[in-house]
Formats: sequence, C-alpha cells, structure tokens
Amino acid sequence: MTHYLEFEKPLAEIEGKAEELRAMARQNEEMDVVSEAEALDKKAAEMLIDLYKNLTPWRKCQVARHPERPHCKDYIHALFTDYTTLAGDRNFADDDAVMGGIARFEDKPVVVIGHEKGNDTKSRIERNFGMARPEGYRKAIRLMELADKFGMPVITLVDTPGAYPGKGAEERGQSEAIARSTEKCLQIGVPLVSVVIGEGGSGGAVAFATANRVAMLEHSIYSVISPEGCASILWKDTEKMREAAEALRLTAQDLKKLGVNDLIINEPQGGAHRDCNLAQVSVKAAISGLLKELSGKSPKVLINDRRKRFLDIGSSGLTA
Amino acid sequence: MNWINNYVRPRINSIFSRREVPENLWSKCSECGTMLFHRELSENLNVCTQCQHHMGISPRQRFEGLFDGGIFVEVEVPAPINDPLYFRDHKKYPDRLKAAQKITRETEAMLVAEGHIGRTPIVAAAQDFSFMGGSMGMYVGNAIIAAAERAVNLKRPLILFSAAGGARMQEGILSLMQMPRSTVAIQMLKEASLPYIVVLTHPTTGGVTASYAMLGDIHIAEPNALICFAGPRVIEQTIREKLPEGFQRAEYLLDHGMLDMVVSRLKMRDELVKIVRLLLGLSPAVMGDLPSPVPQDHGEEQTISPSPE
Ligand SMILES: [Zn+2]
Repeated sequence: MTHYLEFEKPLAEIEGKAEELRAMARQNEEMDVVSEAEALDKKAAEMLIDLYKNLTPWRKCQVARHPERPHCKDYIHALFTDYTTLAGDRNFADDDAVMGGIARFEDKPVVVIGHEKGNDTKSRIERNFGMARPEGYRKAIRLMELADKFGMPVITLVDTPGAYPGKGAEERGQSEAIARSTEKCLQIGVPLVSVVIGEGGSGGAVAFATANRVAMLEHSIYSVISPEGCASILWKDTEKMREAAEALRLTAQDLKKLGVNDLIINEPQGGAHRDCNLAQVSVKAAISGLLKELSGKSPKVLINDRRKRFLDIGSSGLTA
Repeated sequence: MNWINNYVRPRINSIFSRREVPENLWSKCSECGTMLFHRELSENLNVCTQCQHHMGISPRQRFEGLFDGGIFVEVEVPAPINDPLYFRDHKKYPDRLKAAQKITRETEAMLVAEGHIGRTPIVAAAQDFSFMGGSMGMYVGNAIIAAAERAVNLKRPLILFSAAGGARMQEGILSLMQMPRSTVAIQMLKEASLPYIVVLTHPTTGGVTASYAMLGDIHIAEPNALICFAGPRVIEQTIREKLPEGFQRAEYLLDHGMLDMVVSRLKMRDELVKIVRLLLGLSPAVMGDLPSPVPQDHGEEQTISPSPE
C-alpha cells in the first residue's frame, strides 16, 4: 500500500479506483475493464507529473520526510559491496541513529557514514528517528580518522530531523560532539562527498555535510531550523509552517543558487519512494561522478578545496 | 577628543550632584531584586554588588574593562550581503536589523578588537546578546574569520566571548553555514599554534555552542551561564519531564567535563592574562590596573603605578 501525502489525495482517489477495477476484473473474468483502468492510469500519471512539477517548499518537506522514501540503509545496501558495519564511539555507546562502516564503492574501498531514520515503528525507535546523540557524531569522527589513515574516500548520507535534544545527549556534550565532527570533516586529507537524501536538519546535518562536494536529491531539504520550529519562533504560530518553509529557502533548487550544494540529483517521477531502484541508480551515478572530480588530488589540495568552498558561501545572495 | 571630556564630564557630574536622579539611572538586579545605581553597576562590570549575579554586558563595555586603560582598536569586519534571502516574517529582516542597530548603536552582533591585556597583546571578539539575541549570521561568521586572520597576522592569541541564542534564522542556510566557516577560522589559529580561548557567557546555545564556542584550547565560563545545544524548554517538551535545577548551567558543564573553569567576571581579566602568558611562555604578569602601553617600550619588568582615574 502506497502512503499518500496530504496533497496527493486526488491522486490517491484515481489510483485507488483503477486498483478497484482491476480487483473486480480478477474476480469476474467476463468483465472487460482494461480500457477503463488504462484511462485512469493515464489520468493518474498526468496528475502525478502535474503535482510534482512545481512542488511548494512545504510539500517538498513532506516528500523529503516521506515514510517510504529510501533511507540510508537502503542506499548502503544498493550502492556498496562488502559493507562492514563498524560500531561504537570507544567512549560510551554505539548510536543506531548513525550507520557507518567500511565498504566498496565501484570496487574501491571507502568509508560510508549516514543517518538512518528506520522504516517501521520498531526500527524508528531503535534508530531514534535519525536523531543522533553525541556517540553518533563521535563514531563518525572515529570513522573519518580511519578513512584518513588508510586513504579511503568518505561518503556521507544525510537524513536527519536534527541532533537529538535529550538530557543525556546534553550531559555527554552534544555541542562538543557536533563541533568536533564538523572540524574533523575539514581536517581529513581524503575526498569527502555528501548527499542529502532526505532531511538535512541543522547542526546535526552540518556535522556530516562539511564536504568537498555536496549533492542534494531533487526533493530533499536542508535548513537551519525546521519550518515548524521557525513558524513557532518567528510567526508565534506553528500553523505557519508553509510560510516559514517558503522564507527559509530550504529546497535543493534555492540552495544550489546559494552555493550550498553543487549538484541536484533528479528523482523518479513522483519522488524517490515511487521507484527506489531508479533513485539508487541516480545517486550512485552522482557519487561516482563527484568522486572522479576529486580523485588524484593531494590531501593538502582536498583540505584547501573544502575550506575555500565554505569560506566562499554567502558571497552571493538570491535575486528577488 | 579633549573637548568631550571637558564638556560631557561636568554635565554628567552635575546630574549626579542634583539628586533628582531619573529612574533609568537605577537598575534592578534580575536575580535578587536589589536596586543598583547605574554607575556602581557598570563599574562592577554589570555584576550585582549584592548577589554576584552576572547581568548582560555589551561588547564595548566588556572591552573597556578588559583592555589596558580601556584602550582598544576595532578590527574591521567585511560587510556581508544585506538580506540575502529576502526574508520576511511579520517584519522584513532589514527592518529588524535597523531596529537592533538603533537600540545597540552597533553595526552587528559581534565586535572585534585588538589591544593589550596586562601588557600582553591579544585580539578579542565579543558577541552582543542585545543585538538580535547575539544570533550568528554571516556578519558574525565574517567577524570570527577577521578576528582569526588578524590574530594570525599579528601572531597573537584570540580570546572570544560567546553569547547567542543560536543561528540567525532570517539568514536561513547561510547562518547554518557559519558553523563550518567559523571552524575554518579556528583551524587557522590552531595551525599557527596560537592560543584560542573561549569565554562562554550567558547564554551560549545552539549552533554557536556546536561550533566555535566548543573548539577552544581552554573553555572558561561565567557563573550560572546557560550553555547548551538544545534549550531546556525544547528538551522538556521532547522527554516530557522536568529538568533538574542547574541543568545546562556553567557549573553543571564544569562537572560534566565540558569546561576548564568557571570564573567571575570580576576576576576574568587577571585569569585571562595569567593563562595567555603561560601559554605563550611569557614572564608572569604584573597584576593591577595598568595604563595602556606607551609608544616607547620600557620593558616588561618595569613597574608602572596605576593611573589615578
Ligand atoms: Zn543581585
């Protein structure tokens, strides 16, 4: 069963009707509904194109958070071979909100790190909805150091509502862990490529996405604060999330104009969740291309490239 | 500048002598409620003389108390693009900026200066909580970069006083990008082997804590300062329980290993002079109120009597 978003309701109706017709035809072989069902399919396909042609920023947020959207785990299994989980921060715990390990990407050894949100109630709770605690960032730091030592490129997959706002997380130095992870991103002498696959939530995302190259999926978002949070602070009204999403310029398209991402990865029609395989093929091709741009560069060049990339951000704004 | 002293001073004195003290010359301590005479409070660096509560202090006032003789030279900060996102909520962002500039009479939320403390040359940066909650936008990022570059050029340590509610939402992603940008600035200092000392003041939260404020060689906090990533209210809403007294306060962070020390604002200058001189391998400081250095260097060891003021 497809999970439909609020703005997809009319589409759900048509696709539902087509499905009903086919179910009836299966029970009664004399019924000829093929042409009718095909007409509905065609209408649905047109509507899908129409709906996704100009998604508003708030709708993009909903697509980016779609429960069936391919997550970090799906990409890791589809894009890498020999994936070997490495666990723990060697200090306090292992954080399941962050996946990480060594693997092969197109046969070459790499380190892959990403936020994992989970895909059902049980795994969502285990993964803490992709909200990392200090241990998650410290595991990432460890893995980046490993990559640096053995000359392996690092690929990070960003998908988090933000760092976890919890008591223990604060006690164990959430701020320090994020700051050190960002710092580590800037220090390693190997290529670092980051893909925002869903939600790039504030500092929790920056800690992984301070990369040489940042790619964003077509309907992913990246923001300093959630639209709901921004609405409640600036509009003093949580229902103003549409306005806030608009004002924050959090879409891949606006962010590219600001130099925050270098590449937009096209999604299948109707979003990555409608064709996970196709989404994975596109993400793989993008990572492959970005790694090629960075291959053969010395550690010093890579470090300076990363620094310059971030120092230059903000040198031009949007046009009105 | 003499005419200012000659003209303004007597006028202020005459106000005080007249006894008809306008209300705004008194401040109420937000902690103990004691009414404090403005001049007395400002001479005590905005620390309550009754209960030692540390109230907010502007970067300019802090620098006047920090630098020898109150003398410092501002370091120029490159101006960023004005309103890069054309952001508006109830108000337009440029209007909010203008209002903050009018209230604080400052350009933005951070002041950078160079000068001497205990005859030790330093660069200092201080965040201004009264300017849009000290929020970190592109200007603050540029200020930290300018401060680090100046410190590296002059081979001086950088002392940074943090105070912020977090990121400047009106600059959207560009405010978030100040986390990596400021981190690059701190790396410049580290590579030049120059001390980077952070003084965390009330409040230091969000993306500010999660970047340059937690990357110091030494972390000092003012008493009872709130220092956190997520604010107490957000955490209470998330975990649905009341947080213990003193949670995320300076003393709590000291207990949890995030700080080196908690130091009263009244002792901060001496502590900073001592630490900086230790880290730079200089001779022990001559304590007490020292006048600003004169053009001819008479040598470090020569005692200079405190200025009469
Ligand atoms: Zn008091």
